[in-house]
Amino acid sequence: MALLKTIKEIGKYFYEIYDAVTSSVRGMMVTGSYFVRPSTIVTQQYPENRDTLKMMDNFKGELMLIHDENNKHTCNVCNTCARRCPNGSIEIIYKKVEGADGRSKKILDKYIYHLETCSFCGLCVPACDEFALKFDQKFELAVFDRSKLTKVLNMPGSSSKAMKE
Amino acid sequence: MYDFTPLIDAITNYLNENFSPFWAGTISMVLLGIVVLMFYAILGLYLVYAERKICARMQNRMGPNRVGPLGLFQTIADLIKLLLKELIYIRNADNLLFNIAPFIVIVASIMAIGAIPFGKGLQALDLNIGVLYILAISSMGVIGILIAGWASNSKYSVIGAMRSGAQVISYELSVGLAILCIVTYAGSLQFSEIIASQQDGWWLFKGHIPAVIAFVIYLIAGTAETNRGPFDLAEAESELTAGFHTEYSGIKFAFFFLAEYMNMFIIAAVATTMFLGGWLPFHIYNWQGFNRIMDFIPPVFWFFGKTAFMIYIMMWFKWTFPRLRIDQLLALEWKYLLPINIMNLLLIAFLTLMQWHF
Amino acid sequence: MEETLLDIDLKDKEEYFINMGPQHPSTHGVLRFEVCLQGEKVKYLIPHCGYIHRGIEKMCEHLTYPQIIHLTDRMDYLSAHINNEAVALCVENSMQVEVSDRVKYIRTIFAELTRIASHQLWWCAFGMDLGALTTFFYGLRDREKILDIFEETTGSRLTQSFITPGGLMADVHPNFQKRVKDFIAYFRKKLPEYDQLLTGNIIFRARTKDIGIMSKEMAIDFGVTGPSGRGSGFECDIRKIAPYSAYPFVKFNEITFPTGDTNSRYLVRIAEMWESLNILEQLVDNIPQGSTMLELKAIKAPKGEFYQRVETARGELGVYIVSDGGPSPARIKFRTPNFSNLFVINKLAAGHKIADLVAISGSLDLVIPDIDR
Repeated sequence: MALLKTIKEIGKYFYEIYDAVTSSVRGMMVTGSYFVRPSTIVTQQYPENRDTLKMMDNFKGELMLIHDENNKHTCNVCNTCARRCPNGSIEIIYKKVEGADGRSKKILDKYIYHLETCSFCGLCVPACDEFALKFDQKFELAVFDRSKLTKVLNMPGSSSKAMKE
Repeated sequence: MYDFTPLIDAITNYLNENFSPFWAGTISMVLLGIVVLMFYAILGLYLVYAERKICARMQNRMGPNRVGPLGLFQTIADLIKLLLKELIYIRNADNLLFNIAPFIVIVASIMAIGAIPFGKGLQALDLNIGVLYILAISSMGVIGILIAGWASNSKYSVIGAMRSGAQVISYELSVGLAILCIVTYAGSLQFSEIIASQQDGWWLFKGHIPAVIAFVIYLIAGTAETNRGPFDLAEAESELTAGFHTEYSGIKFAFFFLAEYMNMFIIAAVATTMFLGGWLPFHIYNWQGFNRIMDFIPPVFWFFGKTAFMIYIMMWFKWTFPRLRIDQLLALEWKYLLPINIMNLLLIAFLTLMQWHF
Repeated sequence: MEETLLDIDLKDKEEYFINMGPQHPSTHGVLRFEVCLQGEKVKYLIPHCGYIHRGIEKMCEHLTYPQIIHLTDRMDYLSAHINNEAVALCVENSMQVEVSDRVKYIRTIFAELTRIASHQLWWCAFGMDLGALTTFFYGLRDREKILDIFEETTGSRLTQSFITPGGLMADVHPNFQKRVKDFIAYFRKKLPEYDQLLTGNIIFRARTKDIGIMSKEMAIDFGVTGPSGRGSGFECDIRKIAPYSAYPFVKFNEITFPTGDTNSRYLVRIAEMWESLNILEQLVDNIPQGSTMLELKAIKAPKGEFYQRVETARGELGVYIVSDGGPSPARIKFRTPNFSNLFVINKLAAGHKIADLVAISGSLDLVIPDIDR
């Protein structure tokens, strides 16, 4: 009985060596097979492929106010986006003007977007009934000065479509 | 055909004729020192580069490719960065030992390079006990690591250093015994004679299975002796942050780093010399034409080619396996490698006695 | 003042303390272990959390329910989608509305993708903890495919904020189904590689077998849920116990391993990746038509207390809302899985080597921002 046990122990010893060698070789085959196949490289060469790099369709870059070719946007200063924003990243400054019908009307003066506090939750875009907002595809958002992160989204000289001349 | 002995002899004769013996000795030593140091620095840097490229390829990456063509100057830029970096002064550290430790590590590996035969006659020290010299010198590096760990006054460093000490002491045995197998076959401790004994075939091939076993054991133990993965317990990034060199910065860290790579080179070079015929070209018995072509490739290329292959295998180990635990590391040595090695050595002694090798 | 081990005067001179963290490569974040060692042996340890406490629960009291969603992304950032779902489900239940089947299916597909992505990242980090550096890149390489799917539909890779009370922020991208199917086919080929590289490796097995054994009782006592709990044989899968979203429609197995050591926790996660692929396969072809957003006048929980639990990649996430009928909760409490999973580590690691402590904390798959919230 004791002999049998000893033989078993010895068998186990050699099995362990066999096991170690085969499992190690199997692992090395994985890394080795990738070594000889440069086609499996997945990294992108970023600054070089900048021209061809295309972000996904829905990518959430920075927020933008949509302007058409006549430099017009559709914001009607309802302030919903600013209220929906959890971080207070959107500030809308408006001025009151006399409309054509004689009633005073709010028009957009400055649409201020604080990129530094934006957490890209995307609540503002669907909140807008006028579809005035969307996320840009821009992703290189780093700047050297914090003040540059506060952006005015409406372009200079732009006006609202809702305004009747 | 590619014998460097006349060149070396000519230089020696020139020095002896034009200078007094003292100056001739001094100049030849200085020359040799410069050559070895240059070789050391350049090779060390490019081993780092090679490792980064190889591991990148294994991991589906490109590796360094920004500085210079294919990123060839990346490690040189790294070295310049490390040279310019501030050497951080550690409060309550043993300053003398703290500063001396990287030098011990690096000097040990520089000294070992002297005995390695790169080609016929291209060897700084052809000692008649070259094998013993290499074994002795290469185990000196651990003293530097122990000192570094102790002097840093950091617990992580001490743990790393103690691990390294335990590891090197045990794996030194396996390295020694595996080399002894070939020494038994070749009947000499001198590197040039061991190479000469492989003129008609490398020991790996003509030494039967015991030589292969000795080769594998040497490879494992050698990897462990250089403190490289999967035996990098002394550094153990995920456990001890950086082990014995946690507190080192700048060029002192670079010394440890370079020494690790050069130790790897030394282990690979010794493996080449002992098992793979050193700088001898690859010959196939009776293929005259093939052998003639092989002879045209300079021995230095043969030596570096074989060494590069050995280094590649060691890197392959590192980038595949998880790290062992300290008790498993010691169990591997004392329960598996050492008994097998001793049996193997006995077998080889028997084979040699009966003249059964080719 | 918090009492720390460092204040204790040691009688046994063989023992010493070491600080692992808040900056340490293996704690995966700002977690701190105060470890008492004897040589290399861990005598005991105290985990300290709070280094990344942001007061999310308090912040939620000032936000409306749709706004809360984007904060839950930042708790357990690796299963952001499932966190979103938890809050959304809780609010929907309180309002007693039910979303369309399409929303349920899409939510579940996203949840399972999140689970796979999370386990992939865990796999690479666990390999790193054990010193196998190549695993890290293989895991991230495959995870990238899932993040691409997320990005195409939701616009973000990590903090998606895609689920909102009452439905989804948007419909899925037209490429969505094709991409998911491609991913299933791709990952089915890559998963065996994980086994070859790590699971079968002799060093890996030696490092993980019989290390940090957690009994089933211990798991229940400490409230260890998720794969870590199931590694001890504790059947705690919320997807089975209290099915939500589209889980009642799919067939899948709850994976449990009885041994409770580090290796079994590892195997549970590997098996869960296979199982998640199966779930995805059942769902992705059968997404029903329907609207993606309920027409709700206002998203307000009625007065009362509501609780909803979901199975994140790390265990049971509970959302407890106390509402006074307003647009934002009066009090919200997240029962996060990592907080419960963390504190068992003292029991598991005591008596093992310091290298095992790293393996054990890796096998519990801790995400530190989820502990502190």
